[in-house]
Order: sequence, then C-alpha cells, then structure tokens
Amino acid sequence: MTIPIPDPFASYDAGPYFCELTTRDGDAATQIRARLGAIGLDALRARARAAERDLFNLGITFTVYSDATAIDRILPFDCVPRIITAAEWAVLERGVQQRVRAINLFLQDIYNKRHIVRDGIVPHDLIYGNANYRPEMEGFPVRFGTYAHICGIDLVRDQAGQFCVLEDNARTPSGVSYVVENRHLMLRAFPDLVAGMRLRPVDDYGRRLRSAMDEIAPEGVVDPQVVLLSPGIYNSAYFEHVFLAREMGVPLVEGADLVVEDDRVWMRTTGGLRRVHTIYRRIGDDFLDPSVFRPESMLGVRGLIGAWRKGHVTLANAVGTGVADDKAIYAYMPRIIKYFLGEDAILPNVETHICGEPAGLKYTLDHLHELVTKPVGESGGYGITVGPRATLAELEASRAAILAEPGNWISQPMIGLSVSPTLTETGLRPRHLDLRPYAVTGRDTWVLPGGLTRVALKEGSLIVNSSQGGGSKDTWVLAE
Amino acid sequence: MTRHVTALLTRDAEGLFWMARYLERVENLARLIDVTQTFESPGREAEAWGALVAIMADQEGITERQLPFDAPSIKRFYLLDATNPNGIPGALEVARINARRLRPLISTEMWMQLNVFHRDVMSIDRSELEGDALSRLCRRIKEGVQAHTGITEGTFFRDQGWHFYEIGRLIERADQTTRLLDIKYHLLSPVMAEERRVVELTQWNALLRAAAGYHAFRRVSVAGFVPADVVAFLLLDTSFARSVALCIAQMEWHLHNLRSRYGLRDSAGVLERISEVRGGMNQDIPALLEHGLHGFLDGMQRDLQGLAELIGTAFFRDWRPLKATPGPTPTPAQSMGEGMTQTMGGMSQTLR
Repeated sequence: MTIPIPDPFASYDAGPYFCELTTRDGDAATQIRARLGAIGLDALRARARAAERDLFNLGITFTVYSDATAIDRILPFDCVPRIITAAEWAVLERGVQQRVRAINLFLQDIYNKRHIVRDGIVPHDLIYGNANYRPEMEGFPVRFGTYAHICGIDLVRDQAGQFCVLEDNARTPSGVSYVVENRHLMLRAFPDLVAGMRLRPVDDYGRRLRSAMDEIAPEGVVDPQVVLLSPGIYNSAYFEHVFLAREMGVPLVEGADLVVEDDRVWMRTTGGLRRVHTIYRRIGDDFLDPSVFRPESMLGVRGLIGAWRKGHVTLANAVGTGVADDKAIYAYMPRIIKYFLGEDAILPNVETHICGEPAGLKYTLDHLHELVTKPVGESGGYGITVGPRATLAELEASRAAILAEPGNWISQPMIGLSVSPTLTETGLRPRHLDLRPYAVTGRDTWVLPGGLTRVALKEGSLIVNSSQGGGSKDTWVLAE
Repeated sequence: MTRHVTALLTRDAEGLFWMARYLERVENLARLIDVTQTFESPGREAEAWGALVAIMADQEGITERQLPFDAPSIKRFYLLDATNPNGIPGALEVARINARRLRPLISTEMWMQLNVFHRDVMSIDRSELEGDALSRLCRRIKEGVQAHTGITEGTFFRDQGWHFYEIGRLIERADQTTRLLDIKYHLLSPVMAEERRVVELTQWNALLRAAAGYHAFRRVSVAGFVPADVVAFLLLDTSFARSVALCIAQMEWHLHNLRSRYGLRDSAGVLERISEVRGGMNQDIPALLEHGLHGFLDGMQRDLQGLAELIGTAFFRDWRPLKATPGPTPTPAQSMGEGMTQTMGGMSQTLR
C-alpha cells in the first residue's frame, strides 16, 4: 500500500495578489501543479537542496565582500517555475522592443538635434543637468543608431494582472547568465517537471549577442574581433562575465590586456598584438579611460575613448546611455515613446506623478498617505516614503520636502506585485516577484524569451534584490 | 566554418602555465609528505620533517612564522597554512585563482572539480595530520590532483593554451622529482654497516613508492641493485612518468608545436636552452653519487628555474608583435606593470 503524498497546494492561498501559477487556467499551469504534487514536498526540498549545491560547486555564484573577506554566494534557486503564456509573451516582446527603440531614438536625439527638448516634451535640465549625460557623445555617430545594445527592462505585474515597467536598465544590466543557468539546472534536477512541456529555448543568447557585436563593429571590418571587458575576478558579477565570454566564444579581457596605439585598440596575445573591433564592456563609463574620465581608474584602457571617437572600435553599450534609464527620465518614457514612435506605450509605466508638474504635485500632496514618494535625483533609493506605512510626522516631512523642491520628486501608488508558489519551510507559499527581460540590439532588437524572474523569499517582502534575500526562478515562456 | 587559430592572451597563457604548475606541486607535496612520514623514527620525528623543510628550501618561511622545528608545526605549515605558497592549501589557492581567471578557457568539468577539491583542502582538520590519518589525507590530495589531470586530459581543448598548461606541469614535475631524490641527502643513516644497509634499502624503496615507480623499477632493475640504479631510473628513464628526462623530452615536443603550429618564434630560444639542460644530464651516475648528488640536483633545479624564467619572458611578458602584424611598434613589456595584472601576476609567480 502506498501512502498518498499530501497535496502541496492544499493550504496555498495567494490572497489578493495575482498568482502566476494558480490565477490562471490552461493545460500547462494545471500540469505543473499536478507534477509538483506528484513529486511531493519532501522530494522537492531534497532536490532543491541538491540543485543549490550544484550551483555552488559549479561556481555559479556572485561574490559578496565584507571586512576584506570574499564570500561566494549562489543566487537562491526556487524550483517552482514561473510561466508566461505565448499570448502574454507576444505582448511583452513587442513592448520591450518598442521601449528599446524609443530609448535609442531618445539618446540619438539628445546627443544630436535636441528636438525633444525644443518641443518641450522633457525639461532641458533633466537631461543636460543629469550626471550621466556625457558631452563626449554629442554629435558622435553610432552604427544603426544603437546606443543601448544590451537592455534590461524591469517589469512587475499588478493585482489586476497587468504588466508594467518599473525601471529601465540601459547601462550594463546583469543577471542574464542566471536565466540560462537556471534552465540548465531545471533540466538536470527536475526533468520530470519539464518533460513534454513546449518551452521557448533560452540558450540562444550568446549567439545572438555575438552576432549583434559583430554587426556593430566599425564599418568595413570583415571578421571583427569581439572581446568582453571585465573589471576582473574580484567583481561580484565575474561569473556572468565568464559566462558571456564563453557563450559568445570571445576572449575575456581586463584593462591590462588591451593597449591603444595609433588610436587603435590591440590585445596582447602570445603571437603579438592583435586588433580589437568591438568591446562589450562590463565596466562603467567613469572607469573606461583614465585619460578622459577617472584618472585613478585601473580598470580601463588609456586612450580607449580616443580610439572610439576615431571610429576604430565600438563600445557596447555606448558611453552616456545612463541618462536614459534615470528615474527622472523614466516618468517621461510614455511621452517619449509617443513622441518618437507616434504610438502609445505597449507596456505602461507604473502610474507616476511628476511633482515638477502642477497637476502631479497637487495629486501627490492630496494623496500622500496612499502613495510612495521617491526623489528622482542622484540619491535614488534614499528618501523614499511609503505613504500607507508612514507615520503622520513622516508624511508631513515628506510634504515639506516635496514643496521645497517639487522637481526632485515623483510619486507612485503601492503596487501589489504578483506572486508565485515558492518552496519555503512551511511548504509552498506565495512570494512576490518581478521579471527582467533582456533585449539585444545591433541592427534590430531581439528579446530573449522570458528573462530573469527574481523572487522575494521573505514573507510579504517586495524586495527581490539578491543582496536582500532575493532568489530566482526558471522562467518558462510557453510555445504556442 | 570554424576558426583554426584563435588568439591566446599572454595573461591566459601565463595563467595556464602556473595553474598546472601549482597543481603538480600539490600532488608532489602530498607524495613528499607521505614519504617523510615513513622516514620518521620514533623519538626523532623532527629529523625527517626537518629534511622536508630543507629540500623545499623553506627554512625562511618557518623562521618568519616563528615556528619551532618540530613535526606538528612543520606538518601544519604544509597542510594547514594557506599563506604558505609552498604548502598544499596555499598552492591550491593560487591554482584556483588562476583557474578562476581561466574559466572561459578551461572546461566546466575542470573548474567544478577544482572548486570542490579546493573547498575540501581548505577544510583539512588538525586531526587528519596525525598517525594513520595523514597517509589517508595524502592519498586524498593526490587523488584530487589526479582527478584534475584526468579531467583535463579528457576535456581540455587542445589548442595553444594546452601546450602552455602542459609545459607548466612538466617543469614542475621535473623539479619535484629532483627534490624527492634530494631527500636522501638530508636524511641521516645509521653508522653501523649492516643496520645502515637495511635502512638504506628501506629508504630507497620508500622513495620509489612515493614517486609511484616502485614496481616499474622492480621490473627493469637487476636483483642486486645499487643506489645509482635508483637515481638513474628517477632521473633518466624516459619510460618512467616522473623522470626528469621524460619531462624534458615532452616539454621539447610542446615547444616545437608552439613554433610550428602557432608560429611562436620565441620558442626557438627556449628550445635551445632546453637542449642545453638535457645535455647537462648526460652524467655518469655512480660518479655523481661519489661527488655528491645534492650539488647536481641543486644545479638541475637552478636550470629548471632558469628555463621557467626564459619561458616567462619569451611568451608572457616580453611579447613582441609578429613581423607580419601591421601597425605601430607596441609599448614595451614594462607597461604590463600597470594595473591589476601585476598584482595578480606577482601572486601567480611566487616561486620558492
């Protein structure tokens, strides 16, 4: 006689939130629930532990530094997959492509003709007073008008099930290695969960990235040499740099491996100096070239910016894309999309009130107790007031700060992020999550099916960051 | 379509050379420690361990750390002290740092095994240094490196980088064989003739076992073998995997490949030097033993060290462009001295 395995969903309750697995019909969702039930909680836990050990042994880790000691940590992996239907993905994919197109058109405009400012769509100071604006880019042509070759768009899903954009990442978005590695891990550890499911593959990323890097190489180069420039093994995202270099099949270089002579970039090889044409750089603008930016930077290459300005090497992403993914610009993205593309945003922003505008200011002040208020300036992340959880005194302080400098503030409603069943000490429980799809743009934009699903492992938490108890899930985009 | 000749960064070539070297060192240290324990005589343990320190030329490291010259301290120095680059955890640490940089080039399986092995060695417990546990520990360490070697043999892509990896491994192996042999010089033998004969025999046999050459030597040697036969076997027999002569012959093969298949012209100078080293090995072994083997081994180690330095300047630091490469004269090698590579390079180049 076999003892029936208790249904792990018996006491699962997603509450008022949209659940990515249980608030939907369809064969896949039903099948996944049945399969998880058949495996049972104990086996799920045992396999999840083995899977995490595997990640650790494989060195699929990020490094956390404290008190001069380096600790390798894995990004915790939750075994319950997050599913995205084919219909949902079709919208997300178009939405991300639209957003990336708008970001690139915006960058081209602000560094060249400045029409968007002339036409009064975005305030002049927001762009030209922005610390991430780079005068070096003015009038500088980039191939195919692509500035942000690699983009990550952070999405959340609200209680009604609507996907919204929370943030754009147009500098060096990280995390894509986990998308691919999570899928490999899923296939190894949970073959019975995946069996027969028709999923969009994710292992095409390296090839796509490589061909985009080939495309953007300086014109006339036949077989371009692409390299990945990393700050080195002490960078917390070093594994991802290894992953990307490997998947693209290109050398992983550090600043000291490169040398600029005659405005051309060379790498030091056993056979002598060898020309480099495209650099996918995973170091910030400030560190690229000590002769132009931070003089103390040891990560970059002296003369790199000069070589780039002469058109002898391409940098991905281009310098100065940070102005487009700024919090302040974010609020204007729906209007930027409309302005350049004549279309409404396919993926809406989280409703955002711009206090620099009279209507936004009035609404914010009238509804302070319901809203999250955020400063837009350089100090992003600090100074946030969560209205529904704030004391009266805190609300008054926030009011005073906004009134003192309205242009420095935006406000947003509190979003009830969607949840997914997640394996916890007490069984499968709802935990909040987000989604970061990755877009690669050379001549055209390609979006990796799915993206990185991050999950806040702490009960009730909305913070999905790995540094604050976040984990990740395999993201399944279902084929038709 | 595939590319047949891919570029190899000088930093990666150097990293492969040193990763292999340090791993080979780990295995040989385990062998040396294992054999040292068998040389311990009750009440005089420190003598055997002192000999180990002498052949590793580590007197300074011991003094710096203000350690007493006794068996427990010396064992800890080689098996627990990660700050000692000539010890097992320290050498493995450097190997892993190199491997970490080389992850785009080495196989996932190589990295994973090394990662797990590293964690195992970093958590060696004091209790494993005592009694019969020590021999088991040495075996585990040897097997860890052997697993690495096997995985490498079966999975590592054999382009330019593999040649540098092999050269590093071979040069270290040759060096370590001379050190293993040198242990005899530092060990005192009893004065009484008969007792001395028995102890000598035991010691030579233990040495052969440590080098994994005991049975092979039995097959090739005559019944009444003399020490000179053992020495000739360990140094010159090209059928013996750890002989200096075989290591040198294999290095020559790799260097020829670097020149002919990859056009690395600086191989020529290194090949010249290596044939000089080989020439220096044509010695009358009984006469050597007569005049003192230690001096010869010492010279051999200096030759190998010189060879490593020459390889370093030929391929890793004193790089020059191919004549065919268009473009300007590159900056001299000294510019490599800027930035992080230097720090790391310094670390990976720690030699005794």
